[in-house]
Amino acid sequence: MPRIPLTWLAEHTELPAGASAQQVATDLSRLGLEEEAIFGAQVSGPLVVGRVLELVKEPQKNGKTINWVRVDVGPEHNEDADNPKDPQPGDERPSRGIICGAHNFVEGDLVVVSLPGTVLPGDFAIAARRTYGHTSDGMICSGDELGLGEDPSGEDGIIVLGRGHAEGLAGEPGDDAIALLGLADEVVEVNVTPDRGYCFSMRGVAREYSHATGAAYTDPVTTVAIPQAGAGGTAVQLRDEEPLRGVEGCSRFVALEVRGVDPAAQTPRWMARCLTLAGMRPISLIVDVTNYVMLDLGQPLHAYDADKVVAPIVVRRARAGEKLTTLDDVTRTLDAEDLLITDSDGGEGARLLGIAGVMGGESTEVSSTTSNIVLEAATFDPISVARSARRHRLPSEASKRFERGVDPQLPLVAAYRAAQLIAEFGGGEIASSVTDAGSAPAPASPISLPLGDAERVVGIAYTPQQVRGSLERIGCRVDDGAEGTLAVTPPSWRPDLTIREDLVEEIARLVGYDTIPSLLPTAPGGRGLTRAQRARRDANRALAEAGLVEVTSYPFVSESIFDALRYAADDSRRDAVRLLNPLADDEPLMRTSLLQTLLPVARRNLGRGEESVAIFQLGTASLSRSEGARAPVPSAAQRPTDAELDGILAALPLQTRSLAAVIGGASGPGSWQGEVAPWGWADAFELARRAAAAVGARLEVRQVEKAPFHPGRAGELRIFTADGTSTVIGHAGELHPAVVKEFDLPARTSALELDLEALIAAAPAVVVAEPVPTYPVAKEDFAFVVDQDVPSSAVEAAIVVGIGDLAEDVHLFDVFTGAQIGEGKKSLAFAVRLRSTEGTLTAEQIGEARTRCIAAVDSAVGGVLRA
Amino acid sequence: MTRPLDEVRRLVGSLAPRAPAGPPRMACGARAAVPLTAPPPSCSRTKAIPVSESSTTPAAPAIDEATIGAAVDAALAAIAAAATTAELKQARIEHVGDASVLSAANRAIKDLPKDQKAAAGKLVGQSKGRVQKELAARQQELAAAEEEAALAAETVDVTLPTDLRPRGASHPLTVLQDRINDFFVGIGWEIAEGPEIESEWLNFDALNADAEHPSRSTQDTLYVAPEGSGMLLRTQTSPVQIRAMLERGAPLYVACPGTVYRADEIDATHSPMFHQVEGLAIDKGLTMANLVGTLDAFAAHIFGGTPITRLRPNHFPFTEPSAEMDFRCFRCEAREGLDHDADPNCRVCGGTGWIEMGGCGMVHPNVLRAAGVDPEEYQGFAFGLGIERILMLRNSVADMRDMVEGDVRFSQHYGTEI
Repeated sequence: MPRIPLTWLAEHTELPAGASAQQVATDLSRLGLEEEAIFGAQVSGPLVVGRVLELVKEPQKNGKTINWVRVDVGPEHNEDADNPKDPQPGDERPSRGIICGAHNFVEGDLVVVSLPGTVLPGDFAIAARRTYGHTSDGMICSGDELGLGEDPSGEDGIIVLGRGHAEGLAGEPGDDAIALLGLADEVVEVNVTPDRGYCFSMRGVAREYSHATGAAYTDPVTTVAIPQAGAGGTAVQLRDEEPLRGVEGCSRFVALEVRGVDPAAQTPRWMARCLTLAGMRPISLIVDVTNYVMLDLGQPLHAYDADKVVAPIVVRRARAGEKLTTLDDVTRTLDAEDLLITDSDGGEGARLLGIAGVMGGESTEVSSTTSNIVLEAATFDPISVARSARRHRLPSEASKRFERGVDPQLPLVAAYRAAQLIAEFGGGEIASSVTDAGSAPAPASPISLPLGDAERVVGIAYTPQQVRGSLERIGCRVDDGAEGTLAVTPPSWRPDLTIREDLVEEIARLVGYDTIPSLLPTAPGGRGLTRAQRARRDANRALAEAGLVEVTSYPFVSESIFDALRYAADDSRRDAVRLLNPLADDEPLMRTSLLQTLLPVARRNLGRGEESVAIFQLGTASLSRSEGARAPVPSAAQRPTDAELDGILAALPLQTRSLAAVIGGASGPGSWQGEVAPWGWADAFELARRAAAAVGARLEVRQVEKAPFHPGRAGELRIFTADGTSTVIGHAGELHPAVVKEFDLPARTSALELDLEALIAAAPAVVVAEPVPTYPVAKEDFAFVVDQDVPSSAVEAAIVVGIGDLAEDVHLFDVFTGAQIGEGKKSLAFAVRLRSTEGTLTAEQIGEARTRCIAAVDSAVGGVLRA
Repeated sequence: MTRPLDEVRRLVGSLAPRAPAGPPRMACGARAAVPLTAPPPSCSRTKAIPVSESSTTPAAPAIDEATIGAAVDAALAAIAAAATTAELKQARIEHVGDASVLSAANRAIKDLPKDQKAAAGKLVGQSKGRVQKELAARQQELAAAEEEAALAAETVDVTLPTDLRPRGASHPLTVLQDRINDFFVGIGWEIAEGPEIESEWLNFDALNADAEHPSRSTQDTLYVAPEGSGMLLRTQTSPVQIRAMLERGAPLYVACPGTVYRADEIDATHSPMFHQVEGLAIDKGLTMANLVGTLDAFAAHIFGGTPITRLRPNHFPFTEPSAEMDFRCFRCEAREGLDHDADPNCRVCGGTGWIEMGGCGMVHPNVLRAAGVDPEEYQGFAFGLGIERILMLRNSVADMRDMVEGDVRFSQHYGTEI
């Protein structure tokens, strides 16, 4: 994201004296340029110019020679007298004594001195210190030490005014060297949203700053002189035969030659400093100028060595398989969608020069001997550049700008600006003719904006002056339209402004989002939470109250989980939705059952020191409808037809909100109240029933064999739907010992999983009251002996049916097996409460009920009343 | 738990193995039937303690002040001396029982000459009354003391732990989401939900995201295989807004909470799975001022106090104008107002005084059109908030991973409240 040095910003807009980076960032943020980072001044304290008065070379035992130097650092900083125990070299006069290891300076040179109290980059605080037998009262600085990097002229050692880093600089002892070297510059890095490509430049950010603060603004474009030039520069052909989405890859290509540039010419210090502050590395005058102009105006430029280019330059799409070695030394295989700059070495468009708007190639790169250049300033299709940059993972400074859109009016201006800077600092002559292939698009037709539209959308009664003024300030042409509307033509750098709402945003942000009042709207009144939403809360709370802890888990699973859970080969739970780009290659599937991800969470908790597990999750599970299902993607220009929508919805996987729980180990801490029961299979069913009760539904349980459960200790959970049919909505029971082992769970860990949506749907909408008779109750107990495999629920059902309406409550209170009962048999004892709604039951009525009960159990399950 | 009978009745149709019906066998119940016509065997309690009558009737005492007074004094002394209810019972027998002086005197009154009867009756009656009153008072005193002693003997250590099966917990994200939902229901909105595996059209196209929009890349979004399936793991709950508009039309006020996914690696502040709540209001004449009003009310509800919010211009495909919403820090000095500086070391706002909460804006007309709402007639606003982020800020959760890894200790700490 662009870094904005405040001094550069101040070239285009009036920055108040002493403006801080923080304040500038705050101002810009108000208009939508969010602060990414602030780079403060790198040097603080007394960094001053000093004159070397005397210099004595003192050889050391370690073989080095150091300089013991008397430096005049100005009357304000000089010590009046030498330390008598450690006199400085030469005649005594006001000065400071400094030890220096560098040798690229002599007496009389002006150098940069960091006096005690200075803080250099890297939080390096300077203090007087004893070294090599003297007290060094400061430090003479190199470019590296000041964060300026290596000396541009290759000199090794400290900075001497007039050379290298300090080329062209002069001063007097005591002068502030921070200002002199531009080390006080603060830099703001801003985040540019994709719609504001123009802010990828000093030009654009300065404009925004002036909008935010009202500071005067000068568009740097208006200060560039464009000479009258004839056509006929380097020949360029725009030959995009396969435009992407119907847009020409290159709509405009300006080529301008500069001949006779001094290859040894240096980048001026101020420009190198600008580039460094903006985060770019100075390289050579020609390259630095193209970068500088790009940073300043926003137009990416490319310089070719004119002697290596064979005209015509051809802009075309790549052919599959073509290869290009880019400036970063990587050979890239191109895609047919890549837009290329080529020249005609070996035939028209035969040689590849670069990927348009992304990165150049080596063949025509400017070098240390280049003196004739061709400058390219073009307008490339944002989509084409974005795709190429993404494809080749090349987010270059150029591509970042082209992707967001570059002002199509810039190419000629930028090319001349760069040519003029190169000629100014490197000599050479700008060609009298220029190539301007293609053209800038014609301005879009004006947007019709009703004067009251901003108020309609924002809720502030903007004055006509605010509406018109805001639009004019951002560069729009505003004409009066028909019937209280404005005809607004956005400037060339604002391709994002296409509808009236876009203009409203501009008005709102220029006047200020902070002026928008706060007004809570009155909704017409909703229906509250849906039954399902309420019921989910109830189920959640019921399990929490029962001692379970709700957890979350990621829905991603590996194929191996199905085997780990012992699913049969044809188990439908293997039909998982597969991800195209999973986060982990070994977990490409979406869970088809919550237990698939809940069991690993159970294992994790046990691994972290839990001694038992009692967890649950409410989450979604999905089943693929069919491999390779595709959801249509109709146009979004209008509402799709119902058929199109049905097509979309029908393709989506089956998804449901499930409830699952895993319980194992002790159900509580050791207690003085007695032994703590371990969680077991019965708890799994009880928890399922609790959840069902919490949502107002009821479950029926039937014995079943089902993975991942113990074959003899699992059951189906069934509901009765409104039409009276019984449907399986889940399972519960003890986990198969192999599964318990696989997940390192406590022995006999049990689990449940059910379709919560189906459960909630099965609950009655209205719970109808039952009469509460006050006649006396009669209590009867029965014990029936039945075969081992007869479910207790069947016996209970027979009792209920046998007794009929008089049965108020039937409850199994004991199960007994043993020799008295007989092999393969069990005794089930029930307590039955009888009550009539019509009167006190007579002994005869009770007796008859008993007889009916016994007969019914006998007939239904062959149960015998125990003697 | 007792199985409700109507359920059991339904089970009859699905009875398991049916044994061949044999001849009815005689059997006797485990518990004999109680004849209900007979009155219940009530435990009759005696109302009065039977006092054994003395077999010998003592000679009638003299009914004079001295004799009766002495009897009373003796009785009162015995009553006072009784240390238990049993001793008191003995005192009662001795001093007001049939064999006592007072009772004998009472019986003797009838034999007195007529002119003495009144005075003697008065003397004996008052004396006996006095003794009876003392007896009753003492009885009450002793009974209370005895009960107190009995209860004291039953003292337990009430500080013993009682967590035979400790209560569990809901996940704090669930509780927070419920709290957020309650806010929206409270201002008259409804809660809309949708699937997590969603169509590309609903997640992107209908939301005005250009085909080239970077968020569509496989670096950002998890897609369903094969390539071009048109399906993905929703990256936002905005598709629920589209579904709501398509199904219900305008006016519409819905909040859409739910789980969303991004192709992010997990770290302290990122997770590939997280939760969002988005709001959508579509009606005639809704403005950005209404958006600000809704966010202000939301901030007050979730973070408390008098909130300060601000909008900053931003860009999203689905809103125009768009904004980033910030809440004024609720933790440091900055919460006092815009004229108060933030604590530079504030852990919540990082010293800026503001907390970025999410994106918002006026719904783009293209989005309304795609969802079948006429942008010439209706307009509205939308916003999105991260629930994890709110929890991290509001409840000082330091690490995103704590919320998603399923460690029970994280949830347990909260119980069912946040």
